Amino acid sequence: MSDVSFVRTEMLQEQTPPASEVGIIGWVRHNLFSGWFNSILTLISLYAIYYVLSGIVPWIFQSVWNANSLTECREIMMATWGSTHGHACWAVINDRWLQMLFGFYPDHLYWRPILALVLLLIALAPILYSERVPSKLLYLTAAYPFLMPFLMWGGTIWGPISAALGFVIGWGVYTVLSKQLSGLLGLVLGVLATVIWWLVLSGYVVGAMDSILPIGIEAVQSRQFGGFMLAILLGVVAIGVSLPIGIVLALGRQSDLLIVKYLCVGFIEFIRGVPLITLLFVASLLLNLFLPPGTNFDIILRVMIMMTLFSAAYMAEVIRGGLAALPRGQYEGADSLGLNYWQAQRLIIMPQALKISIPGIVSTFIGIFKDTTLVSIIGLFDVIGLSSAIRADTAWNGIYWELFAFIGALFFVVCFSMSRYSMYLERKLQTGHR
Amino acid sequence: MSELAIEREIDRTKMQVSDEVAIEITGMNKWYGAFHVLRDINLTVNQGERIVIAGPSGSGKSTLIRCLNALEEHQQGRIEVDGTVLSNDLKNIDKIRSEVGMVFQHFNLFPHLTILENCTLAPIWVRKTPRREAEERAMHFLEKVKIPEQADKYPGQLSGGQQQRVAIARSLCMMPRIMLFDEPTSALDPEMIKEVLDTMIELAEEGMTMLCVTHEMGFARQVANRVIFMDAGQIVEQNEPEEFFNNPQSERTKLFLSQILGH
Repeated sequence: MSDVSFVRTEMLQEQTPPASEVGIIGWVRHNLFSGWFNSILTLISLYAIYYVLSGIVPWIFQSVWNANSLTECREIMMATWGSTHGHACWAVINDRWLQMLFGFYPDHLYWRPILALVLLLIALAPILYSERVPSKLLYLTAAYPFLMPFLMWGGTIWGPISAALGFVIGWGVYTVLSKQLSGLLGLVLGVLATVIWWLVLSGYVVGAMDSILPIGIEAVQSRQFGGFMLAILLGVVAIGVSLPIGIVLALGRQSDLLIVKYLCVGFIEFIRGVPLITLLFVASLLLNLFLPPGTNFDIILRVMIMMTLFSAAYMAEVIRGGLAALPRGQYEGADSLGLNYWQAQRLIIMPQALKISIPGIVSTFIGIFKDTTLVSIIGLFDVIGLSSAIRADTAWNGIYWELFAFIGALFFVVCFSMSRYSMYLERKLQTGHR
Repeated sequence: MSELAIEREIDRTKMQVSDEVAIEITGMNKWYGAFHVLRDINLTVNQGERIVIAGPSGSGKSTLIRCLNALEEHQQGRIEVDGTVLSNDLKNIDKIRSEVGMVFQHFNLFPHLTILENCTLAPIWVRKTPRREAEERAMHFLEKVKIPEQADKYPGQLSGGQQQRVAIARSLCMMPRIMLFDEPTSALDPEMIKEVLDTMIELAEEGMTMLCVTHEMGFARQVANRVIFMDAGQIVEQNEPEEFFNNPQSERTKLFLSQILGH
């Protein structure tokens, strides 16, 4: 049976693919017209896209930019196109855009939130693009949490300095005590010292320093805050603080220490089981009942805390998913080299778990950023609250689409940027197939 | 399991067993829940010994060597590694782990770090070695396992055999006195087993104390000075390789050998 024997004497050369498989023609054939059914779907889709755009594009571009009221807008539309239908009245945005961005923030102080935003972007750069930006900028990042409230609320400079001092005191107590006593006890007492400083002592020190050396800038009250600025303020704080808290909660939930574990589980499940709006009502109404009378606990600070806790609970679950996806071998590999728990977490486990969780983390970020609009329900004038306020003005009574389109565009820019950044990050951290 | 032929002549000049005790296990017992996995293990390993632990799957051989660096906790008995008694004290555990290298079946390299970073991580963070020195040492060991040119790649870009050699180099960078191998070739394609075994043989030739859980009987025959056969959580037989393979005493050992060497 020598028929089955076959020996290749010469290897085949690579050949160029046929023209119908490459280039534009190949792409169109593969992706749009790869069969009669797909061709029909393509045509229907093209028509649907045309139909939607033919409505929206004229509405956006055949529009009125300069008018003082909706009535005047309509008069101009009638004069120009003979109909008020299908034309946007962007005059309302032209008239009120500063208010939609800054709320009732004093207009001669607009430079402060703008400077805060610019500094935010600079402070974020060393974190977001660590390899392209000098790492010295991290000092600005560290100072930013104290700089930002000073710029936004103004007042005496001793406030933020005293808040920063709380961290220094806590760190001092921890380093001294953790060497003399145990690490855990030192940590607990260090946190305790910081909290006591902030809640009890800090007020007197700030008062005293301010009377000795009154340095400061014009103060702005929280009720003057509003607009898209408020969304960014709440969003940045909730996002920035909830990530570290979420990591700690996720680790706590996996901990072998029973009490730590159940405290974390209880917190996460409670917060996730309650709608955000309930927590916001607690912040705005109920909290005052429990606090000693006369305490001035800023409403924006209360909302920030609630939003942070809410987002931290979700973050913890997202990160727990990332931790669960790591093979056990990674823990064993780290253990077998003699790394201790925190080294293993910081160098081996967390970098991988966070990388796996990037899509979920960014979804949570985007979610909490959009949820900041809920504060309009408890009476803060965020951008949604302001749109109602603008409609309450007789000049703009009855205008909806333009305001919401503008708000939508603002949120889209920020959320889409976050989404693109997360994709960039995933690509950057890609280290070959596993 | 085949008996892979080891072609080259093994240099035995440095392969000497000293009187110094490296590992001493006395009366060790371990349970997984109610299941008694390791039963009354007594074993003394001297410095420079090369021990192969064989046995059917589920016999507790992996669990035994994982107990030696506390990846698994034992419930009874005493384990002393390189003069340190293994207790619940985390300091002792970390000390032993940094002195004992371990190579896993599935390599357990860190996929988010380059090969070089994999090798320098523990020296820098655990031993506090300066970065430059750690990198020089890492390159030295990568050259030894014959893949210095891969230093800047990520583990995911390497073949299984290369990854396992990196894992060996990573362990060596901690300058361990004892190396544990937990089925280092079981997850590899046949073509790659040889390159990993060659690396292990070189290590043995330099006088490293080694405990290997492996099914590579060729390696056991040529390199080991003692073969331990385990079944049902206990040591059934141990002997010099020549005697072990040619003249097994227990029925269980005979059955095992006939099954893995039979064809």
